[in-house]
Order: sequence, then C-alpha cells, then structure tokens
Amino acid sequence: MALQFTDKKQEEIKVIIDRFPEGKHKSALIPVLHLAQEEFGGWLDVPVMDYVAEILNIEPIEVYEVATFYSMFNMKPVGKYLFEVCQTGPCMVNGSDEIIDYIKTKLGIKAGETTIDGMFTLKTVECLGACGYAPMMQLGKVYKEHLTPQKVDEIIEQCRMISAANN
Amino acid sequence: MGQKLLLANDHIEGIRFFDAYRKNGGYTAVEKAFKMTQSDIVDEVKKSGLRGRGGAGFPTGLKWSFLAKPDGVSRYLVCNADESEPGTFKDRYLMEFLPHLLIEGLIVSSFALGSKRTYIYIRGEYAWIVDILEYAIAEANQQGFLGTNILGTGFDCQIYVQRGAGAYICGEETALIESLEGKRGNPRIKPPFPAVKGLWDCPTVVNNVETLAAIVPIINMGGGEYAKIGIGKSTGTKLISACGNINKPGIYEIDMTISVEEFIYSDEYCGGIANGKKLKACIPGGSSVPVLPANLLLRTASGEPRMMNYESLADGGFASGSMMGSGGFIVLDEDQCIVRNTMSLARFYHHESCGQCSPCREGTGWMKRILHNIEYGLGKMSDIDLLWDIQRKIEGNTICPLGDAAAWPVAAAIRHFRDEFEWHVLNPGEAQIRNYGLANYAEALVTA
Repeated sequence: MALQFTDKKQEEIKVIIDRFPEGKHKSALIPVLHLAQEEFGGWLDVPVMDYVAEILNIEPIEVYEVATFYSMFNMKPVGKYLFEVCQTGPCMVNGSDEIIDYIKTKLGIKAGETTIDGMFTLKTVECLGACGYAPMMQLGKVYKEHLTPQKVDEIIEQCRMISAANN
Repeated sequence: MGQKLLLANDHIEGIRFFDAYRKNGGYTAVEKAFKMTQSDIVDEVKKSGLRGRGGAGFPTGLKWSFLAKPDGVSRYLVCNADESEPGTFKDRYLMEFLPHLLIEGLIVSSFALGSKRTYIYIRGEYAWIVDILEYAIAEANQQGFLGTNILGTGFDCQIYVQRGAGAYICGEETALIESLEGKRGNPRIKPPFPAVKGLWDCPTVVNNVETLAAIVPIINMGGGEYAKIGIGKSTGTKLISACGNINKPGIYEIDMTISVEEFIYSDEYCGGIANGKKLKACIPGGSSVPVLPANLLLRTASGEPRMMNYESLADGGFASGSMMGSGGFIVLDEDQCIVRNTMSLARFYHHESCGQCSPCREGTGWMKRILHNIEYGLGKMSDIDLLWDIQRKIEGNTICPLGDAAAWPVAAAIRHFRDEFEWHVLNPGEAQIRNYGLANYAEALVTA
C-alpha cells in the first residue's frame, strides 16, 4: 500500500509550508517529519522518509540527514507507549537512576528496548527542561513529573487501560 | 521582597488568555511602541542595559543595533525557545503561563527591527506549549495586534511557531537558524554574524524568550527606569530556575541585588537545603558554568558575600568564580558525588555534540568514558591529569561554544574537588558501592 497522509494532515502541511517565504519550503521538513512519525507508526522508516522528500520536493538524503540528527525522531520501531526518562544531572540528583532501574525491572526491558507485547519502550534521554520537577519522563505530548515507583505503576496501569479500551 | 516585572501577574486567573492579560495592563507596550520610531525603541533597550537572558549576557540593544538594513531585503526576528541547558526551565514557565507577555514582546521587537515574519523556535519536547502559544497568537490576531496594518499603523507582522525535534545544539543561534531552514543543527562559522547573514542569508536577530519578554516592561516604564533596578551592569530582573537538593525548586524572579546565601536559605526563594542536609556545591548558571564548592559559592575569594548578579557570580574568574549563564541554579547537597554529577554532564555534552569539530566530537566522548571509569572504580591517577588535558584542548578550539560548555564543568570539578577524584581512584571498591559526600566541602548551615 502506498503511503499517504490523510486529507487533514495534507491541509496541515500546506499551512506549515505557507509559514515560510516562497521557495523556502524545506523549512517545513522538521514539522512534517513530526506529522509523519505520528501518522506512520511512531517511527521513520525509509519509505516514509522518501515520501516526505517527495512531498517537499527535496532529495531523500536531505530528509535522512535531518531525521538521524534529531533525537525525537525514532529510527526503529517503538512500543505503543514511549517512556522517555530524563537522566541528566538535576534529575539524577533527585533519583532518576532509581526510577529508570524501577521501570527496567517492572517491564523487564533494558533502556532502548520494547516489551514483547509491543506496548512499552524505555528510552533514557537528556535534559527535557523540567529540572525543578524531577525526576520526570515524557510520555507522548505530556510530561510526567515528580516520579515515584508508585506513580510509575499508575502510569503503566493507565496506559494498559487506555490501550484495552481502544481495542 | 524584590520588584517583579515579568511574573508580577502570573497568579491572576486566566492570565494565559487575552482578556485577562489585556485587563491587567497587557499590550500597552505595543500601543506605546507604535507611537515611537524604530530607533527610539532600540535606544530605550540600549538605555535599559538589558543583557541576553539565554546565557551569554550580551547587551540586547547593542545586538539589535548591529542588524544590517539593506534595501529590499527581508529582516527576521527569531525567538530562541529551545531551552535545553540542564538546570534551566524558566522559558517554559513564561510561555506556559504568560504566553501573551512573550507575544507582546515579540510584536514590539518585530516592529523595532522591521521583521514581518517572526519565528518562535521551540524545543520539540515542549509540544503542549506549542498549542498554548498558537492559541495566544490567534487571539492576538483576532484583536488586531498581529496581521496586516496592525492598529492602523501600516505595519504588518505575523508570528509562527516552529517545533524543533530534540537537539541541545539548536539553542546556539546559528544552529537554530540552520534547523529553522530544515537542516541538521550544525553551527555556522562566525563571522558573518546573523545580524548580517542569518535566516535564509537575510539579516536576523535571535533573542531568548526571557529577553523578549523583558522588552515589555522596558517600553512601559522606559529604559532609564528599568536600568535603575539591579546593580551595575546587572540591570532589571532575572528569572532563576532553582533545582537540585532544595526545599522549594521552581522559578524565581530576582532583582539581582540579593545574595546567594539569601537566595538559597530564604523561605521566599529556595527555602534551604532539602532533608536538613548541608550545602556541598552549586552550579549557579546552567550545567555548563563552573561548579563552586559551598565556601566559594557563598563568599568570593576575597571574602565578600557573593551576590546573585552577572558580576558577582563571575568574581574571581574561573579560578574561584562562576557565571550567571542562563540562571539554571543547580544545588547539590552533602550526599552528592561530584564525579558522578560530572559524569552525567559529560554524557549530556557527548550526546549533544553535533559532531562537526573533532575536539568536541571526540573529546566529549573520551571525557565521558574516563569519568565513567573513575566513578565505577576503574580509574587511574593519571586519568585525572588526562581529563584536565582533554578539556583544555577542547576549550576555544571549536566552531561554537558547546565545546567550552563541555570543558568547563570538567575543569571546575577537578579544580575544586580533585581529592574526590583521587578518592575514587584510591578506593575503587567503595567508589562502586556508594556515592561520595565530602563533608569538609559542606558549609555549616547558615541562615539568611
């Protein structure tokens, strides 16, 4: 099946391109890659990147080099719920190492791995700008802050419930 | 209690939205600025003594005056909202709770600089703040403060939000411009500076969120009045993001006349060290500035109380001082291990190096590995000198300041806490099983 953005997303892409002066449509690349990652399974496979290149009328290599540079673009499949736990200094002094260890044990995976059921991926990340509310993780579009083992349990439970409700 | 210019209204219900913001004196700076000439506005900003709040502290008015104005060429203002310096989360607070303050500052600044397309480049992780900003921009458009012929002045301006995708380096202004052009965030060689050749090779000014928000009180009260707040070349107010082992982490607006001691121990600010522990060390301006042990943090080498402003924090140079930086104030208590903390920061800079310059690309990874070895009891005495040598060869030898930012924390840690590194080497077994809290660096508890 050929890849295609929904009509709504295609409209969004037009709006994004219009933010820039004529001929500067390459500036839309990062926002469009965000849309592509949301739309096509949470990561950027080569055909997806080629499709983005086609839409923006740029060379595929221009897309590859950008996609691989930025840490938010996933170059391999991730679980339905991506736990991005901050491990930088300010979070570390507030116990992020312990939280990361707890999630590893709880889910039975290492950092960078996905659970067998494809539900959860654990990724350690560097400073997300929530140092005063440490330890923390990013889950989709939102931040989960002041993490404790109990809070992690609740988050995992919530994810499972939402997923079950949507099936 | 210090004067508040940015956060004076942050407690008002609904201040995130246009109506409440306007009712509480919002957008008067736009109305006032539109009656001034562009050069008058730049003069007010110069008079205010405002210094860039992103970390470098360069005078904003001077930066604006460098903007080239060739005929027929577009000029751009770009707001740097790529806040990524560990320890810093003030811009997030401003954008999340006072989005119209930033939008108002952007409209005034865009008018002063002649930018008709103004971009807010925000770090990709702040995804929900994009929605908040876009909502505020839509409100400003509806109310006639953005769009074509704003308030009948003939000035057209639109503000767009561009999301990054996870790269600390894009907070460096030329890397930010590259990223905004849809490329990897590789910093450019300067000169030419963005003021001459920036976004799409056009003259461009890049300013931090807090800097642009500060334009609003400067226009409202006048640059001269703004300059009366604070001390010396540290004028106005500064937002401090306080975090680490303190009782009250959060964002504080200070007028730069208070002491570090008061800031840490007063209930108005950090509220003292958490869990009744002692203060061991502090990184006062974001992770890249030198860490200071408690004694040098609270008092300068000459015994003067150290104050929360640009000059005092830098007093003594890197030998015994640090920097104001971005205002990311990271406090470490007596249980914290300096080697472990430095290792964490080295890992950060290695992760974030763009890879263009070999001293930074190779040096950051090398430092990370050595620090990891020392922390886990696998280090040698000679590693400490090797670390010193590596950081010295990175500093000043890269296109952008990320190299310096990676070198300084390592240098300062060795400079002030060398015996802690040596302890790790001499006690490999213990180093592996417990953190090292050096009691003799901890200042006896002082109260403000």
